[in-house]
Amino acid sequence: MERKYLTCINCPMGCALTVEMEGDEVVNVGGNTCNRGDTYARKEMTNPTRIVTSTVRVVGGKSDMVSVKTKEDIPKGKIFECIEKLKNVQIQAPIHIGDVILANVAGTGIDVVATKNIAGMNEA
Amino acid sequence: MRDYDIVIIGGGPAGLAAAVSAKQNGVDSILILERDNELGGILNQCIHNGFGLHTFKEELTGPEYADRFIQQVNQLQIEYKLNTMVTDIDSSKKVTAMNRDEGMFEIQAKAVILAMGCRERARGALNIPGYRPAGIFSAGTAQRLVNMEGYMPGREVVILGSGDIGLIMARRMTLEGAKVKVVAELMPYSGGLKRNIVQCLDDYGIPLKLSHTVIDIKGKERVEGVTLAEVDEKGSPIAGTEEFYPCDTLLLSVGLIPENELSRGMGVEMNPVTSGPKVNESLETNMDGVFACGNVLHVHDLVDYVSEEAAAAGRNAAAYVSACGAGNEEGQEIALKPVSGVRYTVPSTIHPAHMSDELTVRFRVDGVYRNCYVSAYFDDERVIYRKRQIVAPGEMEEVKLTKEQLLRYPDLKTITFMIEEA
Repeated sequence: MERKYLTCINCPMGCALTVEMEGDEVVNVGGNTCNRGDTYARKEMTNPTRIVTSTVRVVGGKSDMVSVKTKEDIPKGKIFECIEKLKNVQIQAPIHIGDVILANVAGTGIDVVATKNIAGMNEA
Repeated sequence: MRDYDIVIIGGGPAGLAAAVSAKQNGVDSILILERDNELGGILNQCIHNGFGLHTFKEELTGPEYADRFIQQVNQLQIEYKLNTMVTDIDSSKKVTAMNRDEGMFEIQAKAVILAMGCRERARGALNIPGYRPAGIFSAGTAQRLVNMEGYMPGREVVILGSGDIGLIMARRMTLEGAKVKVVAELMPYSGGLKRNIVQCLDDYGIPLKLSHTVIDIKGKERVEGVTLAEVDEKGSPIAGTEEFYPCDTLLLSVGLIPENELSRGMGVEMNPVTSGPKVNESLETNMDGVFACGNVLHVHDLVDYVSEEAAAAGRNAAAYVSACGAGNEEGQEIALKPVSGVRYTVPSTIHPAHMSDELTVRFRVDGVYRNCYVSAYFDDERVIYRKRQIVAPGEMEEVKLTKEQLLRYPDLKTITFMIEEA
């Protein structure tokens, strides 16, 4: 049996959670004050995911950078690969919120989309 | 000179929400003045997600949240001027502003909404010894450089202060390839949201040292390193705990200060605790027809509450404009008094005759309290009390008062807010 330690993020209490693992399986969650801590710990230990946000370079736009995000959360272990794939992306303005910047990033099945409108250089 | 019913100073989240609300409440003549080259304010550089959970029931990034309001401003055809700096507002609500196209010009407003936001506390306010080398940035400046201009401020980073912007930047710099060595926090608790500590520091193995501060900055041309030391209860460094961290960059996330030069200039009375204006139930300052909302009033941690507060300010300003010239009988005035554990309240006075059916009183506590009550006494009677497992300075608190409730106490002079042990 292996013990892992987490901080619950559901409220300012920040309960110190102790998770007992048997291989890949959560056997017990302790230290939580409410049920949300239990749910959080099980998700974090078995399938932790995050929305990743970053920026990519813009060509021919009113701004040099456009902010982007993964449309849904991706596995935590794929964060750096996702960022790496975005490093060499350049995107032509105009850009609209929701435009796909990079499809199926790092084999996650999730698209990276723009989160800001960037007008073209010559637009009013 | 041009005339507008409502002039809004600032086109960030507060200014946008105030404008939309004022328009929806029947005022057509509205002008937003914004000094940056786009609307949206600080949200434009806050590219992380987590905005809008309360307002839109979904997690948006900063630019997306701003866009929701910018779209409404455009649909409602609300006028705004970009690249426009307001230099003065006088006591008759004459606004002096300038931009490159029009030079200097004056606008007469019937009502003014102050929505200038806040700015970061800088190194000069911290009394850290050492030279003034390159490589010391406020966390927000670094955020703008990385997210909007595409520059990395440095490669080896120490962050002083665990406010949310500092935590967010610890993650952002790490993702962009920098090594964030440590976040030091003077207080024994973090000023940031729990979620940010876990997802920005723990996720990337960045240590958080509570009760620590920077006591020396090494380097003459460029930062070469900083010395951290543990501090005692009074915040004084403890001899023998010094530790040197080589780095080329020091980010400061040590607090935000409402930006009230214009307010002071026009004679608005300030609350020394918030550094923002004192306001009544209508979010109106001591100056007739001058309203305040958002971070210029008191620093918020969630933009959703800024939008909510600003919408109230817009609605109240619209009511003021519609009633202009009518009698302004105020009647009963109730003072709100923060004591033991509560640092301040917004608003600080209430005229029940003017309040809407429900009023949200917002405040912050002065420390971490567990198993306590958040209580409100109507004169000597304990009327409102709510059991809380924990309250902390980093998370704004609120208590809702209803008009019906207050009308039951016609002689009420003072409502006292406090934290009580359970």
